Amino acid sequence: MSERTNAQPLVKTVDLKKLFKLKGGALLHAVDGVNLEIYPAETLGVVGESGCGKSTLGRTILKLIEPTDGKIYFEGEDITKYSVRQMRHKRRDMQIIFQDPYACLDARMSVVDIIAEYMFIHHVYKSRAETYNRAAQLMDQVGLARRYANAYPHELDGGRRQRIGIARALSLGPKMIVCDEPVSALDVSIQAQILNLLMDLQDELGLAYMFVTHDLSVVKHISNNIMVMYLGRCVELCSADELFANPLHPYTDALLAAIPKPDISLRGKEQKLIRGEVTSPINVKPGCRFASRCPFCTEKCTNTDPEFVEVTPGHFVSCFKVNNK
Amino acid sequence: MENTTNTAAAVDNSEFSFKRASQAKEIWRRFRKSKGALIGLILLLIIVGVLLFAPLFISYDAAIESDFANVLAKPSKEHIFGMDGYGHDIFARIIYGGRTSLTIALIATVTSCLFGSALGAIAGYFGGWVDSLIMRSLDIFMSVPDILFTMAVVVALGANAVNLIIALTLAYFSNYVRLVRSQVLTLSEQDYVEAARAGGSGNARIILKHIIPNAIGVIIVNVTLNVAKIIIYESTLSFLNLGMPPPQPEWGMMLSEAREFMRPAPHLLIFPAAAIVLCACSVNLVGDGLRDALDPHLKS
Repeated sequence: MSERTNAQPLVKTVDLKKLFKLKGGALLHAVDGVNLEIYPAETLGVVGESGCGKSTLGRTILKLIEPTDGKIYFEGEDITKYSVRQMRHKRRDMQIIFQDPYACLDARMSVVDIIAEYMFIHHVYKSRAETYNRAAQLMDQVGLARRYANAYPHELDGGRRQRIGIARALSLGPKMIVCDEPVSALDVSIQAQILNLLMDLQDELGLAYMFVTHDLSVVKHISNNIMVMYLGRCVELCSADELFANPLHPYTDALLAAIPKPDISLRGKEQKLIRGEVTSPINVKPGCRFASRCPFCTEKCTNTDPEFVEVTPGHFVSCFKVNNK
Repeated sequence: MENTTNTAAAVDNSEFSFKRASQAKEIWRRFRKSKGALIGLILLLIIVGVLLFAPLFISYDAAIESDFANVLAKPSKEHIFGMDGYGHDIFARIIYGGRTSLTIALIATVTSCLFGSALGAIAGYFGGWVDSLIMRSLDIFMSVPDILFTMAVVVALGANAVNLIIALTLAYFSNYVRLVRSQVLTLSEQDYVEAARAGGSGNARIILKHIIPNAIGVIIVNVTLNVAKIIIYESTLSFLNLGMPPPQPEWGMMLSEAREFMRPAPHLLIFPAAAIVLCACSVNLVGDGLRDALDPHLKS
């Protein structure tokens, strides 16, 4: 995080919150005070288990979901209170790639129409021919043969469909793309292709990614920085190498321990796994979110929210055990 | 496989043309594949053709002038479908009646579909108080019996074609509101709608470009079923003297007039009923074919 030439973050959130109102007045804390920074041409990996609010976080940053509280800055500009109309212009700079390559494409539109859609919305080109031409170039760029231009999405496999989604996200020339688990619905062989494509595109176009995933091996491969989320909270944030070498938060530790290791000497040995279930994100009480499953839990952990502290330069953790050292 | 990508500069800039059939041609190509749909279309074209060019081979006078010598006459060479209780030629009445009945039924179907679908789409898409307002108003609306409502409209405005269309539209639009609303509720949760929003799509564009095209299959089926229903409903109105003023012929009215003579002269009932069935069948066949043709999943 230190050798960065570009000082200004592309995206920055300050204490971002998204609470969903449930029936009966209960509040679901999907995103609960997240601070993050994404720098140009870098990837921030966001990991966490299902339901920890990582997808909601991505969508809230794009303002596809209205944040409840906190601030979102894009290139230093506060876009938190932007209306739908104001956001339209920002859509050119911030895009999203979806998890499910089947549901995110309209089955009634041909491939080229799907890719060209955003350009038509923004009147990027004057004529239809120019727009389709650009769509064809995008197909080349994402490695999708032009012969599929008039096909319909259901005729293609998952990998090709995900390439359509990527081409569409690229069509407006964005600076940042939220990748919402873009490979988790794909075969392992195709996952690698798509990940390579995303990294190639990052090199070529200087894109910043916010890469949401639950797959630690994927996130290690692609990220500069990694943020670990637990129940809407960011528990640890540091560079990818640092996280794998020196995990500080007990939850991160447990996550890394859960990666299967192809090592015969470990056979028969008991693994340290976290026990219990995720506590409910509804009407969360104060205190560390991880307290109920944490082997190092103290009384303090169940009463007070741990602060998000920079332990070593660029390495942030919110845990009393670490902070008190 | 293809894991290398060209750099932006290296993308070839030559004119790229999509050899693409127009949307209409595509749909027609798929429509043609279904035999039933083609038969329905041909039937419908014949019916429309006959009704359209009726004045060339039979005069309107035959339909409204009484020939009391031939009251209830059986089908014969001069009167191929026979005569009715007032001595009108049934064939002529079916032809001219069809012109009014079908026109009214088709227009009322289209208007009720457009009006109902628009309301349903708005209610389903925007949700919240808009939804509540529309759906609760609809509940009030539907708590008044259809027939009473239609009667009120026709009595208040007078019985003529335009008012009948208004009355029928009001009687039938509520189906579409509920149908389209439920479709929209499901469809607007889809990822591709969110993708469109992420691309800067406005609500109108999302509804028109993504939601309606995906809901169209269900709507079309309902439309085709409604054409026949509306023809029958017209007969109910005629029965209550709220249809087209006599002696102007109309299929529904012919049916209700035929009731009295059902035993001695069944041909009074059979021919107009057959005409309604034929129309309903052809519209249904065309509707089914159209629904399949509009769905790219079924493209082989």
